[in-house]
This record gives sequence, structure tokens and C-alpha cells, in this order.
Amino acid sequence: MSLSNLSVSGRLIALRGIVWRETLRFLRQRERFLSALVRPLVWLFIFAAGFRALLGLSITPPYQTYIHYEVYVVPGLVAMIQLFNGMQSSLSMVYDRETGAMRTLLVSPHPRWFLLTSKLLAGVGVSILQAYAFLAIAWVWGIRPPPMGFVAVLPALFASGMMLGAIGLVLASTIRQMENFAGVMNFLIFPMFFASSALYPLWRLRESSVLLHDIAAFNPFTHAVELIRFALYGQVNALSLAVVLGCLALFLGAAIYAFDPNKGMMGRKRR
Amino acid sequence: MTAALQIEGLSHRFGPLRALDDVSLTVGQGRFTALLGVNGAGKTTLFSLITRLYDSRSGRIVICGHDLRRTPGQALAEIGVVFQSRAMDLDLTVAQNLAYHGALHGMGRKQLTARIAAVIAQVGLQDKLQARVATLSGGQSRRAEIARALMHEPKLLLLDEASVGLDIQARSDVLALVRALVAEAGVGVLWATHLLDEIAPEDDTVILHRGRVLAAGTAREIASTRTLSEVFLDMTATPETAP
Repeated sequence: MSLSNLSVSGRLIALRGIVWRETLRFLRQRERFLSALVRPLVWLFIFAAGFRALLGLSITPPYQTYIHYEVYVVPGLVAMIQLFNGMQSSLSMVYDRETGAMRTLLVSPHPRWFLLTSKLLAGVGVSILQAYAFLAIAWVWGIRPPPMGFVAVLPALFASGMMLGAIGLVLASTIRQMENFAGVMNFLIFPMFFASSALYPLWRLRESSVLLHDIAAFNPFTHAVELIRFALYGQVNALSLAVVLGCLALFLGAAIYAFDPNKGMMGRKRR
Repeated sequence: MTAALQIEGLSHRFGPLRALDDVSLTVGQGRFTALLGVNGAGKTTLFSLITRLYDSRSGRIVICGHDLRRTPGQALAEIGVVFQSRAMDLDLTVAQNLAYHGALHGMGRKQLTARIAAVIAQVGLQDKLQARVATLSGGQSRRAEIARALMHEPKLLLLDEASVGLDIQARSDVLALVRALVAEAGVGVLWATHLLDEIAPEDDTVILHRGRVLAAGTAREIASTRTLSEVFLDMTATPETAP
């Protein structure tokens, strides 16, 4: 292969190849798309409808008036899609490692940071499609943010999807077998989701438990939710943006370290 | 002529286990080099270090003149590798896997189409191009793996126990295919095996045992007045060869 293939155009072609493969895999797994949609829709149609009468929400930014619980919960459910998609990407990497497909990627002439970032971008693209599909259904259900919100939310979805995907990459570097993934579900995904502002505002949590409120306030997932929530209403939550970008840098850096053949898990363990 | 692969003083540990100890070997361009060793000799570890799945702590690996530690991208671009187990995506077709591999090596669409046609003809799998990899037989799967490894026209081909699990005919076909690549395309081949009948007398041969090189030369030179099998069994049974 000529050295020019390692140039910018060579990298772009490789990135396109990685995205293309993820898309092909996604299209082959229609049930993955459906389950990614069904999960938040169950929460929206059943859980949120049930809690509507129980939970009154005072005026809280970015909302400028009293809102129904369904309206409040939609950004959290969008972030939930991205959380599960990030973990799905992690599962997919563990699967690739078990079946051997990951070696094709790792022995290619690109640095690990590039390969991991490309995998991340491919996964985020898929999660954004799922998020918009959910928002479209929510629109039909009557939850209608301002139309400009659908445009403004795109960079927020990108940033939060990247951060949650990066957490998935760190997990993929530590999970050695597919069987261990159930543990991740119980000990990471559910606590991250429930100890956040996805289902209830932070001030509500503080009324019940200050400790739980503090945990939720430190939870990066809370900030992904709030970033999406504010963006849907055409606003920027600066704190959440900073936390999401900071966590993205932290977790992506950790993933690159973990996959570095010289430093991280790859260098220490027999595969 | 620059060697396809040159390894000098390579050592590697997994915790307390010394997997490779001061390994040196050379694979010439257009040469078939057999890496002979029993299971656990360190062959797969050596392949993992050459392909930079993980880095070596000491020693030097040079691929077609490119130092793997200093210029990993250039070095890896020259390698095609067939691992002991499958490395293709089972859910995708052979054509999709080849296109994916080509893209990873920076090949554009036109180049991909031409190259896929060439390598698939080379391994004789034209009728399986649109088949999912999961549906291929063991022999077909190996051929597809070789086609994948050849996509970017590597100068060094690494095959780790590539004939394991194949029936006699498939094993013979795969070996013949690789030997043809050496003779016709001038590819340097490192063929890791524990099967002595895959090694011809004129092949460069390296005997690896418990992470150490016990002998290197052509199979004929190593065997001398005895058979390669006798020499190999003697060497690998000697207690003092243990590290």
C-alpha cells in the first residue's frame, strides 16, 4: 500500500468504511432498531401517562409554563435511547472481539485513537437516527417542542451520544466476555438512568433525599439529559454542555489509553 | 534486498510468564518461512506483537524497512494477516468484508471493485462473493480470509495455523495457494504451524519452543542427516530448553 493511503483522504475512506459497516450491521438488526424505540415508548405511553396525575411540575427552566409529565420526560427518554445505544456499541465491540472481527480493525494501519473515534462516530450516527424517530412519534403523541428545537437539538444529541458512547468504549475495554454484560446493565445503566434528572427534576429528588440529589447532580447522564432538554427548547445549558464535553474528553481519553497496545489493557492481557 | 520481516531480540511477558525470550528471525521477500512449534510455543504471541495487537517491551520488529515502533502505520500497511480463528464479520457477505478491509487500507470505490475481483479470483471463490461468511465451509472461510489479507497487496503475509481444522483437501489447497503467492507475487510468508508435513525441505524454517528460537535455517539444513520430525521431537523434548 502506498504511503499516501495514510493521508487525510485515506483516513476519511477508512472512517467511511467503519461507518458503512456499522450501518450495514444496524440494517441487518431491525429488532435492535425496534427495541431501541419500544423501550422509551413504553415509558412514554404507560409510565408517563400513569404518573401524570401524581407528579405536578412547577415552572422549571427551560419550560416557561406548567407542563405535563410526558413533556418533562421526553428529553430523558431521548437520552435513554443514547445511553442504551452507547452500551449496545460496547456490546458490539465485545462481540467483535469474541468473534475475531475486531482484529481486522486493530491491525489496520491507523492509530487506535482514530479507530476508536471512528467507531464512536458510527455509533452516534445510529443513535441520532433512533432519537429523531422517537421524537417524531412523540410529536404525533402530542409532545411538541418548538420546530427550531428539532434543529437545535442535533449538536446536543451529537455531544451526549459521543459521551455515552465513550463510556461504552471504556466498558468494552474492560469486559472480557459477552456474559459479563448483564452485570453492566444492573450496575451501570440502571443506576445511571434512575439517579438522574431523566424521570424527575433534581429539586424533586432533593425533597426526598439530599444524597440522591447530589449523586444525580454529579451523574454525567443528568447533564446529557439537561443538554438535550434545553436544546429542544432552543437554549443552551452551559453547565451541562461543559460537563458533557469534559466527560467526553475524559472517557474517550480513558478508552484510547485502555486500547493502546503499549499502555492499557491490550498490552497487559493475553487475548 | 530489504527483508519482508526482521525481528531482533524480541521478548515478551504476560505477568510472570515469559512468552517470548530473545527471539530473532528474518523472513525474506519471496520466501516461505515456516514457524514450527507445538501449541503454546509462543507463535500466536509473536503474531500479536508483529501485528501490534500489543506492543513488545523489548526487541525490534522491522517490516519491509519500517520499524514497527517508530512508524507503525507504514509497517502495518505492508502486512496481510490470517489469524488462527476467523477475523471476518460473520453477518456480512464476503464482498462486504473485503470492501470493509479495503476501506480500512484507504482504497477508494473503483480500486475496491477491481481489487475484490482480483483477490476473489486468486482464491477461487467467485461463486461465494455474495454469500454470508457464516455460511461458508471451513476451507472456503480460510480462502476468504486469505483474500481479505491480500486486498491491500501486502508484501508480508502472516498465517497463524491457517490449516487447522481443515480437511486434507482443503489444507492442501490453502497451502498450494500460499506457495503460489510466494512464487508468483514475491510475497514473504511467515507460516506458523505445528504440522511437519506442511514444510518442504527448501523452506526457511524456525523452530520455536517455550518462547525461544531453537533452530533456524532451511528445513533440510536443520534436519541434516535425520528427518525434520526426529530433530523437532528431540529439541522440544529436551528439559534444558525450558526458560
